[in-house]
Amino acid sequence: MTASGIIEILIYFGVIVAITKPMGLFLVAVYDGRRTFLHPALRWLETVTYKSSGIREDEEQHWTRYSISLIAFSAISFLFVYVIQRLQAYLPLNPQNFGTPVMAPDLAFNTAVSFVTNTNWQSYSGESTLSYFVQMAALTVQNFCSGAAGMAVAVALVRGFSRQQTKTIGNFWVDLTRGTVYVLLPLSIIGALFLCSQGVIQNLKPNDVVTTLEGVKQVIPMGPVASQEAIKMVGTNGGGFFGANSAHPFENPTPFTNFIQLVMIFSIPAGLTYLFGRMVKDTRQGWALFATMSLLFLIGVFVCYPAEQHGNPILTNLGLESAATAGQAGGNMEGKEVRFGIATSALFTTVTTDASCGAVNNAHDSLTPLAGLVPLFNIETGEVIFGGVGAGLYGMLLFAIVAVFIAGLMVGRTPEYIGKKIEQKEVKMAMLALIATAASILIFAGLSSVIGFSKNGYWNPAGAAIANLTNNGPHGFSEILYAFASGAGNNGSAFAGINTNTPWYNLTLGLDMLIGRFLFIIPLLAAAGSLAAKKRIASTAGTFPTHGPLFVGLLAGVVVIVGALTYFPALALGPIVEHFLLESGKLFASLPFGGFWS
Amino acid sequence: MSTVTDTPSTMTPDSQPSSSPAPDTGSLIPKKLLRARPLFDRAILRSATRESFVKLNPGTLWKNPVMFVVEVGAALTTVFLVRDLASGAGHTGFSFQIALWLWFTVLFANFAEAMAEARGKAQAETLRKTKSDSIAHRMTSSGKLEDVPSSMLRAGDVVVCETNDIIPGDGEVIEGIATVDESVITGESAPVIRESGGDRSAVTGGTKVLSDQVQIKITSNPGETFLDRMIALVEGAERQKTPNEIALNILIAGLTLIFLLAVVTLQPFAAYSVAAQHAGAVPSIAVLTALLVCLIPTTIGGLLSAIGIAGMDRVMQHNVLAMSGKAVEASGDVNTLLLDKTGTITLGNRQAVEFLPAPGITEPELADAAQLSSLADETPEGRSIVVLAKEKHGLRGREVSEHDARFIPFSAYTRMSGVDIDGRQLRKGATEAIMRFVTELGGVAPDEFRESADRISRTGGTPLAVADGRRLLGIVHLKDIVKGGMKERIGQLRAMGIRSVMITGDNPLTAAAIASEAGVDDFLAQATPKDKLEYIRREQSEGRLVAMTGDGTNDAPALAQADVGLAMNTGTMAAKEAGNMVDLDSNPTKLIEVVAIGKQLLITRGALTTFSIANDVAKYFAIIPAMFLTTFPVLEHLNIMRLHNPESAVLAAVIFNALIIIALVPLALRGVKYRPQGAAALLRRNLLIYGVGGIIVPFPGIWIIDRLLVFLHLA
Repeated sequence: MTASGIIEILIYFGVIVAITKPMGLFLVAVYDGRRTFLHPALRWLETVTYKSSGIREDEEQHWTRYSISLIAFSAISFLFVYVIQRLQAYLPLNPQNFGTPVMAPDLAFNTAVSFVTNTNWQSYSGESTLSYFVQMAALTVQNFCSGAAGMAVAVALVRGFSRQQTKTIGNFWVDLTRGTVYVLLPLSIIGALFLCSQGVIQNLKPNDVVTTLEGVKQVIPMGPVASQEAIKMVGTNGGGFFGANSAHPFENPTPFTNFIQLVMIFSIPAGLTYLFGRMVKDTRQGWALFATMSLLFLIGVFVCYPAEQHGNPILTNLGLESAATAGQAGGNMEGKEVRFGIATSALFTTVTTDASCGAVNNAHDSLTPLAGLVPLFNIETGEVIFGGVGAGLYGMLLFAIVAVFIAGLMVGRTPEYIGKKIEQKEVKMAMLALIATAASILIFAGLSSVIGFSKNGYWNPAGAAIANLTNNGPHGFSEILYAFASGAGNNGSAFAGINTNTPWYNLTLGLDMLIGRFLFIIPLLAAAGSLAAKKRIASTAGTFPTHGPLFVGLLAGVVVIVGALTYFPALALGPIVEHFLLESGKLFASLPFGGFWS
Repeated sequence: MSTVTDTPSTMTPDSQPSSSPAPDTGSLIPKKLLRARPLFDRAILRSATRESFVKLNPGTLWKNPVMFVVEVGAALTTVFLVRDLASGAGHTGFSFQIALWLWFTVLFANFAEAMAEARGKAQAETLRKTKSDSIAHRMTSSGKLEDVPSSMLRAGDVVVCETNDIIPGDGEVIEGIATVDESVITGESAPVIRESGGDRSAVTGGTKVLSDQVQIKITSNPGETFLDRMIALVEGAERQKTPNEIALNILIAGLTLIFLLAVVTLQPFAAYSVAAQHAGAVPSIAVLTALLVCLIPTTIGGLLSAIGIAGMDRVMQHNVLAMSGKAVEASGDVNTLLLDKTGTITLGNRQAVEFLPAPGITEPELADAAQLSSLADETPEGRSIVVLAKEKHGLRGREVSEHDARFIPFSAYTRMSGVDIDGRQLRKGATEAIMRFVTELGGVAPDEFRESADRISRTGGTPLAVADGRRLLGIVHLKDIVKGGMKERIGQLRAMGIRSVMITGDNPLTAAAIASEAGVDDFLAQATPKDKLEYIRREQSEGRLVAMTGDGTNDAPALAQADVGLAMNTGTMAAKEAGNMVDLDSNPTKLIEVVAIGKQLLITRGALTTFSIANDVAKYFAIIPAMFLTTFPVLEHLNIMRLHNPESAVLAAVIFNALIIIALVPLALRGVKYRPQGAAALLRRNLLIYGVGGIIVPFPGIWIIDRLLVFLHLA
């Protein structure tokens, strides 16, 4: 590790600490429906939305209606995105004339699910598949909607804790509108303008074709990138305009834009921890969650970074210099952009998988095994380290419920969190959510490891599902495991190295994303409903303290241990064994199939 | 002469033997339990061993999902073993040992539950012995007596019991007074007084009249008596899972499902790896089952019901009859304890120590009026006034029946009592009440009077004002004695985060003085039953759980409202029906012990759950490298315990997993040691012992078993 690398990471963390409270205060005002400094400029938009769609601003919903509203909204969004993709040949803003065949039903299904669930898994490359109209009207719109929906769920769950003896947890439509109008929209506009100023492109021109110095013709893709780039980060969506995502110079041109993009990813999730503390009227509770997330974040980044800087022992053994010097970055530079280097890439990898963002500025497939373990583990523990907008907070609250239930008994009282008794219903719902995600990841990854198809058939033209891998051995296994973890975790980043654009993978990954999103959210909304109906119990010296370092350690421990216990066997056969093999000098060669970014 | 003089024990003016022993100040749970039995009684062990096999029946075992999964795994392994034996293939010695230990795992868990149940049954047996069918003298509607077997009695029947009769059923004394031996129920040999009216009218079936004769109205039908209920509860037959136990069951069932997924999907993952490496083989069913059983929380799964049964048993050993396990669980959650001053915080009865006549009144005059007004007052206070008047002024108790006397009983509303005799209206009672009485009749209540009353109050005494019609006569100084060690116990409660509130009918000043002497957090003075009820409601509306004790009929609404209501066995039926626990010793201080037991129950569950989950870490390090050693020899790096070979590693983990259940049976039955302290300190301590300890302990444990297996040539 270099001093500048460490300093960069610490400065980044410092910025996140600094913006947490102001962002949190603003979010509280927005979701409480209080007047903010943006009201003079944007209140009309909110009002128009309510008037035009018949939403009653002051109406409250029971958790079942809240869930139904969310599902209905997502279902309609899905249909809309699916249809627009399929009809792109007949729609405007299609300078490259992308037709319908490239957007086959399975791919359109996968993409629609992916953007509606805030996953942004991409089995396609934007620049070679989608028209500008689809990118803007379907995908970018969903970047807003799915993000705002996630935040709405988080706020609803927080209301479960902050309210008492009530049947309602807010109004989904109002929460959705407010999150979009006051939070995502302004941040995206500012973000997009900033990115434009730094060289991110924003146009509707057809691709440029230039002749390089060697006389080769090169296609330079164009498009409305900045507007999608900003919300991709702020809404922790992660779906790149281009296949290369934030590694592409038109998406993320400089170290400075890179730094700001990183801040954008964590800004809302960090602010939501403060919102939690504020809404339950004990800011220490929010900071405890923040501290837990920070602890896990710092552990992750300081495993990933040194592992990458350590480099590839095989290259070192060949006599290549792998230490950082003034003249070179050292370490493992495979799959990295030279303008970012090792520290920044390791930081980006950690942040994008802590949050369920999934944008990448380097190839995760090229990470050394231990460094690659970090994003995989981050995703498998449910992306609760700040996490996706909303998703991080509700995921962490789920772990808090589990932690309090297990350890809380040890103080000799029925476990309680934020004054709410954790009983049958909450435990049942928390376990349901955990089981659904684990089942989805493990079963689909298990199936894909062994299932065979007829060669050149419909489901998987390459034959067996593992034929789509570009690497063999444990590394190939990591690729499969990562794909399904990323789907269920609604992350959307890819280890890559696996061609998932076949009906088998598009379908299974689509289901994986749906399970990871809705079978996680609905139990939590049910828990929110049950919590809201309960009395809030006074806190005394006999109450399990949920704000001190002890709780932070406990919660972090539960996140890690539950994740580790569930996935240890799988991880042992993937990155862990690969690490030992690499140390003993073994590589896993690329298979003939060409490299594939997604 | 010997220097040792046998000093008589300090006389307590207490007629109830049960409330006199000074509380044990060291631990909240006295070490010597009334009915404690050795943990490993031979008869109990024998019957528990037998039961462990009976409980293998999958029809009943499926209710425990964790152990059911283990049994299915054991059966599966056995089937494959038999198949391999038949075909002569495979490594049967290893599979045999795995299957054997898996069966042991189930048996050990069954044994734990059977132990707890057997201990309960043994207790029930002792109780049942007291339930001899006796002959009752039932009173017919015409007033004649007829002899019927006690099993024929129905609620509402009236029976007569004389000296040496066994009381045939639960009931209420409606006429007479008798001494009763309740040792079968309480284990306390000193006789107690039961009399009609008041709060000492309830009698329990199976107890024995020692003297005098009483008429008893039977209040329960056969099979529904306290004794019956006690027997049913301790036998565990009627045991219903408590809310927290159900929630914990969901958690461990959920974890079992997750581990099932992790192990089942390991098969295709392994198949992929084996194919990719062209080396090794997919793990056998025996090994996969072994991994599964090691990972699922068998420790807590196997001991959970034993913990619950043992918890109820502990409550019983304290001679408290809980109507449900839920009540015991709730007592661990209590935030506020309402303690009656009288009998709980103080020794139970105030003694008259001084007559303070009002200006212009002589002391004998006051003493005479006080004595007259107390003649019909059977409370210890009333009696102490009669005694004091006799001692100080030679006034003898008179036969009042020859006079035209009408006694005014004390009521919680008027807060005074007295007698109308020969045209005089003699009253004694709370200062406020008497002053109101006097002014209402046109008399004057000078401020000096109130001041001298307040002076007594400030010293912790109780002023009892005496009036003769509109004339204030003076004050009787009653003194209250706080029980020894009470302050320490209240301090312990505070450390546990429990507020203690003293309830008293005294005026605020008296109450404040005693409250500060006893160290309680708050007090409710001049409390009427309605005040108590409101106090409880207010506490509850602020999100606190309240526990209280009570014995009188007027306590019933508050007992019913409280989250934990501990009624005294000597109390009225109404109180006993309203509460959710009955203390057979009628010792109100025991509420504190009940709270501690409730907490201990929950802590034991939490500790074993944490321990169980933490154990998994080491088992992974034992089994995973062993499983894939042939496919990926480099995974030997994960074998940090340096276990001898793959078979010894897997076996050691399985054996450790089984043995830890047996090793923890005593802990489950006795409960985790509980010290009253704040939640933060408690959590730190338990997290260290059961969390961190749970991660560390299996490493040396598995290592030692591994060495033993190698030494014995078993692997």
